[in-house]
This record gives sequence, C-alpha cells and structure tokens, in this order.
Amino acid sequence: MSLTKLLIIWPGSPVLSMLIWIVVLVVLLYLARTPAHKAIYSLSRVIRNAFRLMSKSVLLAEEKLVQRNKEVLLTAGMESVERLIEREFHRVNAVVKRDLSGYPSLHQALSDQTTRIDEDYRESSEVPPPPPGWVKAVEAVANLPSQDSTVANILNEIHKTTVSQYKSAMEEYRKSMAVRHTLLKKMMPYWRKLSQTLEHVGKTITGLHERANVIDNRMKEYEDIRAHSDKSARMLTASSLTQFFISALVLLIAIGGAVINFNLIALPMSEMVGGGSYIGSFKTSNVAAMVIILVEVAMGLYLMESLRITRLFPIIGQMDDKMRTRMIWITFSILLILASVEAALAYMRDQIASDMQALRQSLAAVESTAGVVNSWIPTVGQMVMGFVLPFALTFVAIPLESFVQSSRTVIGVVGAGMLRWLAFVLRLLGNIGHYLGELLVNLYDLFIFPPLWVENLIRDKRHQPDIIVEEEI
Amino acid sequence: MKKLLTLILFASMLLWGCADTTTHTRGVYMLLDTSGTYKKELKRAEAIINYLLGTLQPGDTLAVARIDSGSFSEKDIVAKMTFDQRPSVANQQKRLFKEKVDEFVTTAKGSAFTDITGGVLQSVEYLNESGAGKKYILIFSDLKEELVKGHVRNFPIQVDGCNVVALNVTKLRSDNVDPREYYKRVTDWQARVEAGGGSWRVVNDLERLDSILES
Repeated sequence: MSLTKLLIIWPGSPVLSMLIWIVVLVVLLYLARTPAHKAIYSLSRVIRNAFRLMSKSVLLAEEKLVQRNKEVLLTAGMESVERLIEREFHRVNAVVKRDLSGYPSLHQALSDQTTRIDEDYRESSEVPPPPPGWVKAVEAVANLPSQDSTVANILNEIHKTTVSQYKSAMEEYRKSMAVRHTLLKKMMPYWRKLSQTLEHVGKTITGLHERANVIDNRMKEYEDIRAHSDKSARMLTASSLTQFFISALVLLIAIGGAVINFNLIALPMSEMVGGGSYIGSFKTSNVAAMVIILVEVAMGLYLMESLRITRLFPIIGQMDDKMRTRMIWITFSILLILASVEAALAYMRDQIASDMQALRQSLAAVESTAGVVNSWIPTVGQMVMGFVLPFALTFVAIPLESFVQSSRTVIGVVGAGMLRWLAFVLRLLGNIGHYLGELLVNLYDLFIFPPLWVENLIRDKRHQPDIIVEEEI
Repeated sequence: MKKLLTLILFASMLLWGCADTTTHTRGVYMLLDTSGTYKKELKRAEAIINYLLGTLQPGDTLAVARIDSGSFSEKDIVAKMTFDQRPSVANQQKRLFKEKVDEFVTTAKGSAFTDITGGVLQSVEYLNESGAGKKYILIFSDLKEELVKGHVRNFPIQVDGCNVVALNVTKLRSDNVDPREYYKRVTDWQARVEAGGGSWRVVNDLERLDSILES
C-alpha cells in the first residue's frame, strides 16, 4: 500500500482528504504551539550563542596575532635601528680616527704658526720717536730778555740743526716702516695657513655635529620603539609593506634573470647528461640546469652572508673574521667556477643550435644563408651573459632577506584581517540564526492562524465585561 | 660519520624512489609502399621522413622500411636508428639516416605485390624490441593489400599500445568508380588495428605533419 493511498481518508475525493489532513495538522500544531515556540527559541539561542562564542574566540586569536605581529615588528625595527646607530657610530669613529687623531700635531702646528706670527708682529711694532730735547733749549733761548741779534743767530742755528735732524729722522723712520711692512708681508702666508687649518677643523667639527644629530634622531626612534608606541608600530608596518612590494618586484626581476640563465644552459646540459633521460616527468638536463642555477643562488646567499650584507644565517655572521674570510673566498671561487662553466655551456649552446639549424635547413632542402648574421656577436653575447648572470643572481640575497622579513609582517597583517572578517561573519551568522528563529515562530503562528484567531475572539469576549465593570466602579 | 652515511643512504634511497620508471622516448616505424603506381609518391614520403628527423629527439628511435611482396622481413628495413642521447651525435646520425633514405628513394624499384600486414607485424616486433615509451607505425600506402599466392595474412594482428597512422591514403581509379571501396579499405584496417589493441588515424593532408605524432 502506497503512502498516497494511506493519506486519502475520504476515498474518491483527494481534495477533501487533503483538507481534513490540513485541519488535523493545524489543530495539532496549535496544541503544540507553546513547546514548539520554546524549542525554536532555544534552537535559535543555541545557534546565536555558539556563533558568538566562536566569534569571540576568533577575536581573541586575532588580538593575540596582532600582539605577536607588533612584537615581531618592533623587534625587527629595533634591530634595524640598532644597525643604523651602529653604522653611524662607526662613521663617527672613522672621522675621529682620521681627523682628530692628528689633533696633537695640529695643535703643535697651530701654536708654531701663532708664535711665528707673534714674533713677526712684535718685530713690526712701531718704535716711538725720541722725545724732542731741543724744544726745551729753544724755549730757554726764546726766554732771554735781550734783543740781541745773537739770539736770532742761535735760533737760526737751532732751526738749521732741527731741519737736518728732521730729515735724518724721517729717513730712518721710512726705513723702519719699510722693514715693518716687509715683516707684515712675510706674515701673510702664515695667516692663510692658519685660516685653512682652522677651516679644516671647522669642517670636521661640523661633520661630527651632523652625525651627532643623525644619531640623536635614531636614538629618539629607538626609544619610541622601545616604548612600544603605536606610532612607531604603524610606521614600521607601512615601511615593511613597502619593503615587501619592492623586494617582491626585485625578486620577480631576478626570477626573469634565472629563467634566461636556465634557457642558456638547459640545451648544452643535454650534451652532458643526455637528452632523453628523465627524473620524474622532467628532463634530466633541465633538472641539472636548474640545480646549477640554484647552487649559484645558494653560493650568492653564502657570499652575501659572509660579507655581512645580509643576516639570513646567524651562524655565518657569528663566525670569527678569519673563518668568514675563508668562506668568502671559497664561495667566490665556486661562483667563479660556475660562471666559467656557464660561459662554456653558453658557447656550446650556440654550437649545438647552429648545428641543429644547419640540419633543419638540410632537411628542408633550403640553401644555407651564410653571412647574413655575423655569428660571433651572439656567441660572445651568450658567453658574457652566461658569465655575468651567476654574479648578478648573487645579489638576490638582499631582496630575498627583505622579502622574508617583511613577509612575516605582511602575513601577520593579512592573517589578522582575515580573522577579523571571520569573527564578523560568525557574529553575523549568529544574528541571522537568532532572527531566523523569530521568523520561524511567526511563520508557525501564521500557519495556525484560524485557531489563534478563534482563541483571540474568545479571550476578547471574556475580557470585555471585566473592563466595563472596572469602568463602572 | 655514521650519521653522514645514514643520511647519504637515505638521500640515495629517496632519489631512487623518485626515479621515473616509464620511458619517455618515442619509436617511429614508417612503412613505404613501393608497389606499382604508388612508387611515384615516394618523394612525399621523403618529406615526411625529413619532418620526422627534425622532430624526433635524442633517445628516440626511427626506422623506415619498404612494403613489397613479402614485408615480414628485416631485409626490407631501409634505415633504422636509435638516436644518441647527446644532441650533437644525434644530429650526425640524422644526417646519415637522411643519406640512406635519399639513396633509397632514388634507387627504389616497384614491387608487384603489397604485403602491408607483414610490414605491420615486422614494425610491431621492432618497436617492442626498441623499448620506446610511445610507439607509432606510419603506413604510407593506399592500403590496398595484394598478396603473393600462398601468403597467409588474414589473421588478427597484435598492435598493443601502438598508434597506427595511415598517411597519404590515395584514392585509386576504382575508388572513383565506387567510393565505397575506399571507405571499406580504411574501415577494415581501422577495425583490424583497434581489434589488435592499437589506435587508428588517417592523415591525408601532408601540410599538417605536426598531427602525425600526436597521441
């Protein structure tokens, strides 16, 4: 017996049977209204609380992540500023060593020059003329009471003597002035030298002053970071985002270089390892070419690390200078050998390519067009590229370090953002669950509206007399 | 030291595990119909062989054989070669191969009968021996088989894993009278090859040679 047959209560009239079933269902639902409402409400509450709880824990995780990011960022920032301050101190040290270490000799030179100038100055000082003793004699003769002509004679004689003395005194004075001028002229180069020396000292001092200002600014930055201020965290985040994009761009360029390098050496590698052997689904020659390029990149990393340009491997940076120097030479030698091998492979590639071209031409029965392209230019070009690219790839270490360091921050920021969104979505879902519960309750009541309407009518009738009585009272 | 040895052993085992067991080389066996009127088409066949020489890679195998009255024989192989792994040596081998084919094309004599089945059987044997990963049998013929009296060829052939490509299947004069003959020839061969476990294709447009080695 099928379900349809079971549902038909009134045989021959399915519509009537359906109506009877609906009435039965409405009555049953009306009777179960209160517990059904409670069940729906509790379900919606469960959903809302569960989602809210999840949202809260996601927000907590986001907070922790943000905190961790801040710590990572500030630590990285501190390290960076420490490096900068260290470098500035090194520069100051170099300036002090270079310029101020010679200060005693400079002092000696200055004092010698001052002494010479002083001596010359003393020598050039004006000698005061002797006091005129004859003035008193003239006064004594002039005071004689007599009108004697001898007085006039005496005065005349005195006048003559005075004139002649004046002439000789003037000559002597001019001579001494000339000597003084000569001495002052001699002083000029000393003055100039003194001025130059002082200028040099002034420049050094100004340079030191500027360095000191830079150090002051860096120290302020450092103090801000140490104080875990939000401003410094924001600045460091912006800086690391910029670093991330710039280093990603440079890495993309480096990948382009690596691809060109790969194409240069993949074909000739098949001459060494065979063109028909495979590792997995990759040609062995391609894998070998890729391995050579990766080894070059690794050597470049070690070289940069040994030169203390990058700090990806602390163990290399902590090595003593002797060991580091050895490492520099070893990595550089390996790089040089690999670059030479690549240059040779590039040459071989050119040979193989031209051989293949000749074969294809002979197979296509095309006359070779010799002399159309000057063949040594691409050969030399390929060899030079093969030699230079490994060294160029060495510098990948710098953007790689920036990329690795900044990607920590970027991943953290992206992760925190995603967690925030997840928390929002969870909260939204919780609220949707809550309101869906309310909607379900309303829909439930809508489905059983006939008995509810009747119930309301009855209730209204019961309540009406009470109200009238109350009003009468 | 022990740790280092263990590490090397582990690394070598890992690499051994990664080694590819499938062969990526291709084996091509081309059958040239030299019967009667079809001998004139050999110049076209030469162009196809030249294309194959330019396309095949080091490590691949190529053989060219003629279809004559009794083709199930090594004597009918005009030239066969497995190219060296080194591209430079492979190029030299290709030049030699071309010389042999050129010589054959100029000196080939027409045969009275056409034993295509024998040629296919010979090619399957050769390709299986070569150990190629992908096997191609190219039949440069009008597919009209004419056997010497007494030769038995009407049995199922085994061409497991082989891509059989019929090239330049020319229409005969009788086909023009009744085209059903042409279609019957082609479908008969297709049924035979597919029943033997191989795949079947017909390439008549020789301007599109790149579709020959598509699997």
